[in-house]
Amino acid sequence: MDNNSTPLIQVKNLSKSFGTNLILNDISMDINKGEKVVVIGPSGSGKSTFLRCLNLLETPTGGDILFGDANLTDPKTNINLHRQNMGMVFQQFNLFNNKTVLQNIMLAPMTIYGKNAKKSGKSKKQYEEECREKAMSLLKRIGLEDKADVYPSTLSGGQKQRIAIVRALAMEPDVMLFDEPTSALDPEMVGEVLDLMKELAEEGMTMVVVTHEMGFAKEVADRVVFMCDGIIAEEGAPNEFFSNPKNPRLAQFLQKVL
Amino acid sequence: MEVLRDFFIKLWERFDRSFLEQDRWKMYFEGLGNTLIIALIATIIGTTIGVIFAMIKYVNKRTGRLNILNKIANVYITIIRGTPVVLQLMILYFIVFSGWDNGILIGAITFGLNSGAYVAEIARAGFESVDDGQMEAGRSLGMSTAQTMFHIIIPQAIRNCLPPLFNEFITLVKETAIVGYVGIMDLGKIPGLIQSRTFDYLFPLLIAAILYLVVVMILTKILHIIEKHFSKSDRRNGGK
Ligand SMILES: Nc1ncnc2c1ncn2[C@@H]1O[C@H](COP(=O)(O)OP(=O)(O)OP(=O)(O)O)[C@@H](O)[C@H]1O
Ligand SMILES: [Mg+2]
Repeated sequence: MDNNSTPLIQVKNLSKSFGTNLILNDISMDINKGEKVVVIGPSGSGKSTFLRCLNLLETPTGGDILFGDANLTDPKTNINLHRQNMGMVFQQFNLFNNKTVLQNIMLAPMTIYGKNAKKSGKSKKQYEEECREKAMSLLKRIGLEDKADVYPSTLSGGQKQRIAIVRALAMEPDVMLFDEPTSALDPEMVGEVLDLMKELAEEGMTMVVVTHEMGFAKEVADRVVFMCDGIIAEEGAPNEFFSNPKNPRLAQFLQKVL
Repeated sequence: MEVLRDFFIKLWERFDRSFLEQDRWKMYFEGLGNTLIIALIATIIGTTIGVIFAMIKYVNKRTGRLNILNKIANVYITIIRGTPVVLQLMILYFIVFSGWDNGILIGAITFGLNSGAYVAEIARAGFESVDDGQMEAGRSLGMSTAQTMFHIIIPQAIRNCLPPLFNEFITLVKETAIVGYVGIMDLGKIPGLIQSRTFDYLFPLLIAAILYLVVVMILTKILHIIEKHFSKSDRRNGGK
């Protein structure tokens, strides 16, 4: 599946502390193009912090994050440019409250690429029209085209999260980062979000997913990572990982959640 | 009976002299108009300053950037809040703008600069009540801090503090009455002018006070309508 020899993301000796509190302790990991990595672990083990370090929403206190050819941790790197290629989905959805659903999806492409529209010989209007069409087709994909002009506050959690996912997709990212995307949802809405994520996985999207949904991990992951006390305590293909855990902390953790 | 009638006739005569005679009522309403103009311009200036300061603080707190601007804002706020507004008025009226003859504008600028130091706090609360996830979502899509501020954070912050900003306007309608101190013709100055012609001290003051009261009550009513509207749409937003 992967014929590109350099990984899409290389995490090298990543450390992160808040004050004197060491949260991530020298973590290294490669993520290949098209790979689906699922990160699990007890609460407070640093899963969110790890994910947020990948796109520098948290600034690492040590180590490097390489994304393609770029070293994201280099202060000279223009992080905005690279974030455009790294979608992120949050537990709390974080749709823009002051924008309609359609505007939520169109805002980033319009603001970021709208300026360049002229150079490619298009008027701003034309570019906006393209963005709108693309946003509408993304909404159709998730069956919410009739919600285009409503504000997020009127939507269910499942609808919000699916819109948050396609909002990230509108930037055509190379990788999608998910931080417990179903944890804030009512149980009956978990399925619709996971189904959309499975579709993305099947289409070959590179994904890093922090989740407590072990079923999703078993079904979708190429690799499962168990994070504990700021290190990767165990990782492996889901079969071996779930049926034959070697780390006692993992065995204990799985017993609790399965 | 006779006594009572004389009493009311006397009252009416005093009212007549203080309000109706020689179209004096026009002076009150001109004064009231000036008061409202001063308060309105002051609110606009104050809101602009306050929102800019709050924005600087918001970005500074989250990114560590704009350090110098943040310090300047703090010094400004400390000085403005730490000195009487009537002194600020005299400094601007007699010294800084001594060459101007547009007293109303000077009064408005004084109170605008003063109000900015207080609105900064109102606006800061407005910015702080915007969920941090909004900025993170914008940044995670690759938008810059400035782009996210402009499209997402500022509109939500201003919306959050519209009711307290309107309240600031109401406060200014009353507080600007001291501009009469340097001879600016607002509603608070009018009683003095009329007193000097009629030698009736009570009635002009009463009339001006009632006009202030009526205007403030109307504005307060509008404020309640705004607040009600906002709390309703907030409930739709999930109570935040
Ligand atoms: N901004 C911050 N400042 C200080 N401490 C923080 C900050 N963010 C996270 N932490 C701490 O870092 C530790 C790891 O947090 P993190 O959110 O990464 O855990 P997690 O594995 O995602 O947990 P959960 O499953 O509850 O989401 C926690 O102890 C948390 O209190
Ligand atoms: Mg977390």
